[in-house]
This record gives sequence, structure tokens and C-alpha cells, in this order.
Amino acid sequence: MTELFGVPAPALFGQLLLGLINGAFYAILSLGLAVIFGLLNIINFTHGAQYMMGAFTAWMLLNWAGLGYWWALLLAPLLVGITGILIERLLLARLAGLDHLYGLLLTFGLALVIQGIFRNEFGSTGLPYAIPPELRGGQNLGFMFLPNYRAWVVVVSLAVCLATWLVIEKTRLGSYLRAATENPTLVQAMGIDVPKMVTLTYGFGVALAAFAGVLAAPIYQVSPLMGADLIIVVFAVVVIGGMGSILGSIVTGFGLGVIEGLTKVFWPQASSTVIFVIMAIVLLLRPAGLFGRAS
Amino acid sequence: MSAPLLEVEDLHAWYGEAHVLHGMRFAVREGEVVTLLGRNGAGKTTTLKAILGIVPRRTGSIRFRGRELVGLPPHRIARLGIAWCPEERGILASLTVLENLLLPPVVADGGLSLEAIFELFPNLRERLSSQGTKLSGGEQQMLAIARILRTGARLLLLDEPTEGLAPVIVQQIGRTIRRLKEAGFTILLVEQNFRFAARIADRHYIVEHGRVVDEIAAAEIGPGQERLVAYLAV
Repeated sequence: MTELFGVPAPALFGQLLLGLINGAFYAILSLGLAVIFGLLNIINFTHGAQYMMGAFTAWMLLNWAGLGYWWALLLAPLLVGITGILIERLLLARLAGLDHLYGLLLTFGLALVIQGIFRNEFGSTGLPYAIPPELRGGQNLGFMFLPNYRAWVVVVSLAVCLATWLVIEKTRLGSYLRAATENPTLVQAMGIDVPKMVTLTYGFGVALAAFAGVLAAPIYQVSPLMGADLIIVVFAVVVIGGMGSILGSIVTGFGLGVIEGLTKVFWPQASSTVIFVIMAIVLLLRPAGLFGRAS
Repeated sequence: MSAPLLEVEDLHAWYGEAHVLHGMRFAVREGEVVTLLGRNGAGKTTTLKAILGIVPRRTGSIRFRGRELVGLPPHRIARLGIAWCPEERGILASLTVLENLLLPPVVADGGLSLEAIFELFPNLRERLSSQGTKLSGGEQQMLAIARILRTGARLLLLDEPTEGLAPVIVQQIGRTIRRLKEAGFTILLVEQNFRFAARIADRHYIVEHGRVVDEIAAAEIGPGQERLVAYLAV
């Protein structure tokens, strides 16, 4: 069997792929957090619960309405995004101008409430969600076996992240968003409806989380606490990338997933802490994060 | 004489507990250049912000083309054709010069084309892909004025456009404001530099402690000058 750095190649590439998959979820989730933090100045602790709601919406669409994976990929972000819009209009909008702490408490409390409701309805054990027939099976690449669904997750996540980045950095709508992030009063005085933009941005960030949840459903099963476990790591990713940095959250998300995967190969005991060690080092050397602008 | 384009009556404004405007009253007719002169903290900038609807609380009446602005949200006010060039210029660091220039939405027909803007401010053409805040102070001021000329807004609120700039740039801005007046723009100018204001404005309102205390027409600027100096002397 071929070896690389003293490790069997299939094991190395297997962990690398797992790292990329985790990285894909880190990237989409931290991207949503970054977009929301940039414009709303709110650290959205409900994000993990909204990711879970995406997965559950996919499960409910399938089991209650007979709508499969592809419909779920379209409808779940839309439906969960609408709940996000309601949360912003009814609750978050009232916190504008107050200390960060209020937004943190509200969104953290909401996460607990939402997770509690789902646990009460569905129990704590995971519900199965099948891989769609079109994406079953895999490819033998010679040095490793690549399951089709996992390849799909990496590719579609990358595409969604790049599309979001392009819209924000290269379009007129994106320039409104960047400008309003920097100086909302000025942008509103130019005739742009900033409060509406804030609402839609929160809805979009939440929809991204739900999209990640649908992607995750066939891999991790669907369970009420699936987001709570993941979101802690995602917050570390956001801190490392730099609060509010779009490109930072994408690059750091994928990068840290891969680093985590490789750590599993070379020093398995450290794999669950490596991201937090990196976070500590980055905070010491560059408190604004790798891609953050010092304010 | 035609009805005023902008008519401010008994305007009060607050920042939290601080009562900043105490019954401002003035009017600007179409095509005029009018200044609000006064010392630091007199309430000139707050008056502009109150017109735009971006102070926390305001009462009284602000009519633009007969339409009441008090009670309207800021983005609706801007859409009526009022544009603002803030004191700190408001050039955005996360946008390029071109993006800064194209940022304010067009609110009416009759705005300047990009070509016409580059004719007024030739420096900007060379720097379109630079980051907005990489420009010099003078260029940033020109960009801040340039971007509101594109929108078709006919009432321009300019807040201390000459502050901190070299004399040659101040002259260029003075020439620009005169050309804008010739082109039919109505301009409400906040200034502390009354020598600059005296050369370009039709009328001056003196602002003290959040209210208008005197009005001096350009024609009386000779005899009125002593009054002006008395008001502005520290």
C-alpha cells in the first residue's frame, strides 16, 4: 500500500475529504454569520438552531409532504429564511443601537427555545434522511474512494460561497451592502431603505444556515442538537477569519476543516482542540483575525 | 417672488436629552445659494441632519416643494431630491472611487453624467479603481460632492466643504459651487469660513444656540461684514 509521510494514502485522503466536508459547513455557516454581523452588528447565536431547522424542514418536507431532497434544497432555505425575517422584524429590530450583549442574549435564548421545541417534538435521537438516488454511489479514484454525495457537498458549498462573495464584492447591491455596513446613516440619507436591507440580509444569512442544514441531513442525520455542537467550532472559525470578513470566513472555513482533518491523521488526540489552539494563537498575534480590519 | 423651495419653521431637535435646535426658522428659494454661518456647536450641522431626518428626534415643520418632511423616514426624504455632502465627507473605505461615485441612487432625471462630472473634477477620472479613502483630503471632498450631482437631486446640503483644505482646493470648490448655481442647483451651505461663504452665497443666516439670530444679504456684505465678524468672533 502506498504511504505518504508514513501514513497509508487512503487514510490520509479520506481524512482530507472529511476535513473538506466539515470545512464546507464551517464556510457556509461562518459566511452567514459574517454577513449578519457586518450589517446588523449582532452575533447570531441562533445560527446553529437555524441550520438544524434547515435539516428538519428537509425531513418534514419529505415525510409529511412527499417533497424530496432537491425541493428541500430550494424550499427549506426559503421557509427558514422567512422565519428569520420575522425574528428580525419582531425582535432584533428593537435592539438596534443597544450593546452587543442584548443581541447575544436574545439570539442565544432563541436558540435554546427552538432546540427545546424540536427536542420535545422529535426526541434527541437522530432521524435518518436518505441520500438522494442521483447522488448515491461513488468514484474509485485509484488512491481513494470518493462518495458522490460528499463530492457534491464540497462543490456546491464552494459554489454558493463564491457566488455570495461575488455578489457582495462585485455588484451594485453588494456595494450598497458594504456601504451600509460601514455607514448606515449616510446610505439611508442617500435614499436607500436600510432597515429593509437589514431585514433581508438577516433573512439571507439564516437561509444560508438552512441550506447548510439540508446539505448536512444525509451525512449527519437530523437531530435537534446537530447545530449546537457545530456552532461552537464555527464561532472559532469566525474569530480566526476576522469578524465580518466575507472572504475571511470562506477561506478560514475550508482551511480549518482541512487542518482539523489532517490533525486526525497525524495526532488524533489533538483533532478536537486544534481549531481552538489556532484561535488562541491568532487572537494573540492578530486580534482582529486573519482577514479582519482593525477598527 | 416664488414660494420657497425649502421652508423651515420652528424646528427643534434633540440628541437624547440634549435639546440642540430651539426653533430654527429660515427659507431657501429655488436657485439660491444660502449659508448657515455660526460658531462650532451652534446647531448648523444638526439643522442639515434634521432636514434629512437623521437626528433621533425633531419637531416643527420642514417643507420641501410644499411637502412636509417631518415624519418621513430618511430614505423617502432623499428620494424627493435632497442630497447631502457630510462634514466628514463620508467616503467609504470598503468601496472603490467608482463605486463611491455610483453609490447614491438616481432619484430624478437631470443629474450630471459621469463625463460632466469628470469635466468638473478631472482628478477623479485617474483614480476610479483606487480605494475611496486612499484619495487626498481634497480629492475626497470632490468625490463627496461629485457623487451627489449624479442623482438628479436639485437641493444640495453641503456641510463645511472647505474644512481643512489647502487654499487652491478651496478656490476650486468655490468655482464648482458657482458653476452649480449657474446650472440651477439650489445649495444650502454650512460654513465657518465666512470669507469663502461671502464670495459665493446670496444670503447668510447667522445661527447661534440652535436658532437663527440674523439674516444678511450678499448685497449688504460691505456694511454687514462688521456684524458678521462680531457674530463669528470667538
